[in-house]
Amino acid sequence: MADQVPQIITGRFGYEDSHTLARYEATGGYQALRTALAMRPEQVVEEVKTASLLGRGGAGFPAGVKWGFCPQAVWPRYLVVNGDESEPGTYKDRLLLEKDPHQLIEGVLLTSYAVGCGQAFLYVRGEMALAQERLAQALNDAYAAGYIGRNILGSDFSVDVVLHWGAGAYIVGEETALIESLEGNRGMPRLKPPFFPAAKGLYLQPTIVNNVETLSNIPWIVANGGAAFAELGAEASRGTRMFAVSGHVRNPGVFEVEFGVTTFRDVIYGEQYAGGIREGHTLKAFIPGGASAPWFFDEHLDLPLEKGAVDRAGSMLGSGAIVVMDDSTDAVKACHRVVRFFARESCGKCTPCREGTTWLEKILKRILDGYGRPSDLALLLDVADNISPGFAWPPKQTTICPLGPSAVSPIMTAVERFRVEFEDHIRRGMQAQAAQAPQQPVAVRSAEVRDAAHG
Amino acid sequence: MARFTPDNVELALEIIDRYPVRKSALIPLLHLAQEQDGYVAEDAMAHIAELVGVTPAEVLGTASFYEMFKLHPVGRYVINICTNISCQLLGGEDLLHHAEQTLGVKAGSTTPDGLFTIEDVECIAACTEAPCLQVNYRYRHRITAEEFDQLIEDLRAGRLTDEVPAHGVLARVRQRLVPTSRAGAVAPDDGREPVWMAPPTVPEPAPEAPSGPSAGSV
Ligand SMILES: Cc1cc2nc3c(=O)[nH]c(=O)nc-3n(C[C@H](O)[C@H](O)[C@H](O)COP(=O)(O)O)c2cc1C
Ligand code: SF4
Ligand code: FES
Repeated sequence: MADQVPQIITGRFGYEDSHTLARYEATGGYQALRTALAMRPEQVVEEVKTASLLGRGGAGFPAGVKWGFCPQAVWPRYLVVNGDESEPGTYKDRLLLEKDPHQLIEGVLLTSYAVGCGQAFLYVRGEMALAQERLAQALNDAYAAGYIGRNILGSDFSVDVVLHWGAGAYIVGEETALIESLEGNRGMPRLKPPFFPAAKGLYLQPTIVNNVETLSNIPWIVANGGAAFAELGAEASRGTRMFAVSGHVRNPGVFEVEFGVTTFRDVIYGEQYAGGIREGHTLKAFIPGGASAPWFFDEHLDLPLEKGAVDRAGSMLGSGAIVVMDDSTDAVKACHRVVRFFARESCGKCTPCREGTTWLEKILKRILDGYGRPSDLALLLDVADNISPGFAWPPKQTTICPLGPSAVSPIMTAVERFRVEFEDHIRRGMQAQAAQAPQQPVAVRSAEVRDAAHG
Repeated sequence: MARFTPDNVELALEIIDRYPVRKSALIPLLHLAQEQDGYVAEDAMAHIAELVGVTPAEVLGTASFYEMFKLHPVGRYVINICTNISCQLLGGEDLLHHAEQTLGVKAGSTTPDGLFTIEDVECIAACTEAPCLQVNYRYRHRITAEEFDQLIEDLRAGRLTDEVPAHGVLARVRQRLVPTSRAGAVAPDDGREPVWMAPPTVPEPAPEAPSGPSAGSV
């Protein structure tokens, strides 16, 4: 089955020169643009709606529907491409940027044409130097060839595509923070409502924000029709999708698979995919959709990679990042590492996130270091509950953006499943301390305890 | 150090010109300053403030939010070692400790000769290639301790200067917008509907069937 699935977005990856204009044109590139220019913009939107292309950036919102949210007759509209890829475990947008920049550029042009965007901005993560070089070259070449700029291919469609790049901040991937950053500000999210980008985005004008992978699908959809795209996949999840399978597997890799029908078992164990768990080990847990997603276990392996099915099972496909942990993994250590990430990356705007994630990290760290106390597990869950009340899924919104509650995802699932490991760490730490108590300088410890009391 | 050189002022003005609002050029200009000096100097921020039309405090406010901007000199080579989850599972922390021992400095600091800065960083989008690192934002995938030592030796000996430019230099290819082909920045108060969005004028030879009643209603 897997062999018949078309490679919609990774088809050129096998070519050494896949990033060049010559290769792109030789493999059908910029034909969809010609096709679209012969259509009305609203017909292009219709094709994308028919495709039911879900956003690939994390939230999984249908792209065509989002495009329809721009208020009528408010101009100009802008397009901002989210290439900030930094959700731990996620590795696919960088590949698309480095290996097929023209495909994304064509997607940007088609979207600008369809939605009526007067200017487009490609926001690429700052740390991706090669991706920026490849895009800069591709943009220069595409301008020279008449695909971008004034009166594109002799039509009355004109748009500039501006390459912009960030400077290192995970939170800037959140779409309103991305817009703030593009305006030259600190990358802090805006409150929604009223700042839904489609209504009030860049410079407070209607703005479409889409992920790199999302827009890389548009040329194929326009060239082959939305219906052909929707024939692949199942339920809400149509077409194909890229998944990065990392961690304790034999062949870590990034795979484009049929969306909606392929299962976690297929991509983790399939010979043509990640090839199973490392020799001599068994599966302990896996993260199905990036660090923000609650963990999954053995019993979830046969779930399809389908948005609705995974949401109902209590997690999310998020950014297509599957992180596999085998039985050698220390659940507390892994959990701490993910939580440390959120604590470091909190923008500091909301109290539950700023204070809460910091405390979660501190408590986990001392448990890990052997300074945990018997009450720490309850304290951990109490702080977590203040950020994400009742551990509901999807989380109750106590903060401006979902980063805060994301820090609770690993904790709620790891503690529920591996409680004994947390307790063991605490007990062993206490035993070790008791054994060496006389030699320990007391002052250090009482400071720890004082800190903890403020939790 | 250091206001922009005349060449960089020209480049800065070209970058500013791409955006509908000048302040949007702030981050690219901070990168340009870092490219020029290896870090973002105070005078450079003052100069950026003049060029963009904001206060130096606003420039600092933005610069200090982002991890890549170094407000003090760092090593010629900044080595970012990922210890986030996928890398941690496959030895990212061991690699970091090895780097600290080899170079004799802790993560976050610079060797006394000013050559290397090590950083313990979050996911750098190479998770299937763990453990991994970047030198001045150039990737090294699935790297072992031996390969790390070799990398340091090569950098010391100047064998990688082509591949790895000094800290601050990011993309070596720049976008160039040519006045004759560019469409131009669209200001937020430019209220005009884009021409291609306007409904087709009067009966063209043979309009396609499906545009129907909605086409005229905008
Ligand atoms: C904390 C946080 C980080 C995010 N990071 C990214 C990111 O790096 N890339 C991305 O495309 N979307 C990211 N998103 C999702 C964006 O807010 C937005 O939903 C997405 O870019 C929309 O594009 P799509 O509809 O094509 O998926 C993030 C969201 C949050 C809350
Ligand atoms: S939830 Fe956290 S990251 Fe998001 S806006 Fe609030 S403080 Fe910032
Ligand atoms: S976790 Fe190390 S690159 Fe993603």
